[in-house]
Amino acid sequence: MKIIIQNRSNQPLYQQIKDQIKQAIMTNALEEGERLPTIRALANDLHVSVLTTKKAYAELEAEGFITTRVGKGSYVAPENLELLIESKRKMVEEKLLAACRMARQLGIEKSALHEMLDLLFEEEDER
Amino acid sequence: MTQAVLEVNQLTKRFQRFCLDHVNFSLEEGCITGFIGTNGSGKTTTIKSILGLVVKDSGRIRLFGEDLNKNERKLKDRIGFVMDEGYFYENLTLKAMKNVLAAAYSQWDEAVFLSYIKRFKLDLKQKIASLSKGMRMKYAVALALSHHADLLIMDEPTSGLDPLVRSELMDILLEFMQEEGKSVFFSTHITSDLEKIADMLILIDHGQIIFEEEKDELLETHVRVKGDNAWINEETRGLFLSVRQSPYGFEAVTNQRDNVRAVMPEAVIERACIEDIMLAYIGGDHDAD
Repeated sequence: MKIIIQNRSNQPLYQQIKDQIKQAIMTNALEEGERLPTIRALANDLHVSVLTTKKAYAELEAEGFITTRVGKGSYVAPENLELLIESKRKMVEEKLLAACRMARQLGIEKSALHEMLDLLFEEEDER
Repeated sequence: MTQAVLEVNQLTKRFQRFCLDHVNFSLEEGCITGFIGTNGSGKTTTIKSILGLVVKDSGRIRLFGEDLNKNERKLKDRIGFVMDEGYFYENLTLKAMKNVLAAAYSQWDEAVFLSYIKRFKLDLKQKIASLSKGMRMKYAVALALSHHADLLIMDEPTSGLDPLVRSELMDILLEFMQEEGKSVFFSTHITSDLEKIADMLILIDHGQIIFEEEKDELLETHVRVKGDNAWINEETRGLFLSVRQSPYGFEAVTNQRDNVRAVMPEAVIERACIEDIMLAYIGGDHDAD
C-alpha cells in the first residue's frame, strides 16, 4: 500500500490517510481480510501522531471499510458491494461536480458538456 | 486509549519568585506527550510535584485513575523516570547504583536491564562520576525502562546531548510505545525532538498552561505568514498571534489561515514548526520582561 502525505496540502493529515487507504481498498491494493498496520506502526512510518492515524481508522471503521478487533488489530472489512458501488459513484460524482462548476464559470452550456462526455467516452473505448 | 494515565488537577506550588498556578492537564494512554516551555516556565516543578520530589501546596494528582496520595507506592511502581540531573550517587559504580534502585521496584527485570546496558555499550564497573552526559542519560533510561513501567516521565532528557544521541533516544521511545498501554511524558525546550515523535503537546509559561493540543492538529491549524508591511494595520494585526516586522516585510503566525487568506490574498503562507507556534504564544510576554 502506498500512502503519501503532503504537508503543504490544505487537507487534514487524517483525511489524507483515510482517503488513501480507502482508495487502496477500492482498487484491491488492500484485499478483503488483510491486516492493516497498527495505528502506532503506521504513525511512526508516516511521521504523524498516533492520534491522527487513530482518527483515520475510526472513520474508516464508521464507514464500514475496516473492522477493528480489540487486541487483534484492524482488518479490511468483507466486501460490501453496495458500499463499494456507492463509494465509487461518489468519487466520480465529486469529479463531475468540479467539472460542472468549472463549465458554468467558463460559460460552457450543459449540452456542450454532454457532448464532451460522449466524445471522451468514445475516445476511451477506441483505445 | 480512553483512560487518562495521569491527571493533574489544580496543581499549585508557590515559591518566592515563581508560582505554579492551578495547573490542569491530563495524559491519554498510548500517547507521547511533550511538555514544552522556556527555561523557568514551570516544567521541572510540575514534574517534581507529580513525582513527589517537591511538596505541592494544593491540587490533586491521579495516576492510572487512582489518587496518588492514597496508593503512592503501588502507583509509582508503574512509573519510570529520568530526571535532568542529580539523583545518582556519583561515587557508586553503575552496578551498585542499579542495586540500590532495583530494590525499590517489584517488577525489576534484570534481563531487560542487561540488554539495555549491552545495547548502550555501558560498563557496569564504571563509576557514575566518570560518565559523559550522553552515557548518563542512557544509563538513566536503562534504569527507567527495566521494571515494566507503563508511564515514562522524563525531565529534559535531551538537553545538552548531541543530535545523534537525541535521535537514538527518540527511537527507544518509539520502541517502548510499540507495546500497548504505554505512555510517555517528557519536558523539553528542544521542540524539534517533538516534531518527530509527540502525539500531544502541552505548553506551559510563567507557571500556567497555555495550551494542551494534538500535535498534528496544532500544526494543521497554525501557519506562518509573510508579506508586505503595508498590509499590517490595527485590524489585520488581530488575525495574528504574533507579528515580527523588519524593514523588508513582516513574518507572523496565525491560527486563522482562511481569514488571513481573504484579506491578504498575496501573502506567503507556510507550514509552521512547533517552535514558531510556541514562540507565537509566549513571545509577546517575554519581550516585555
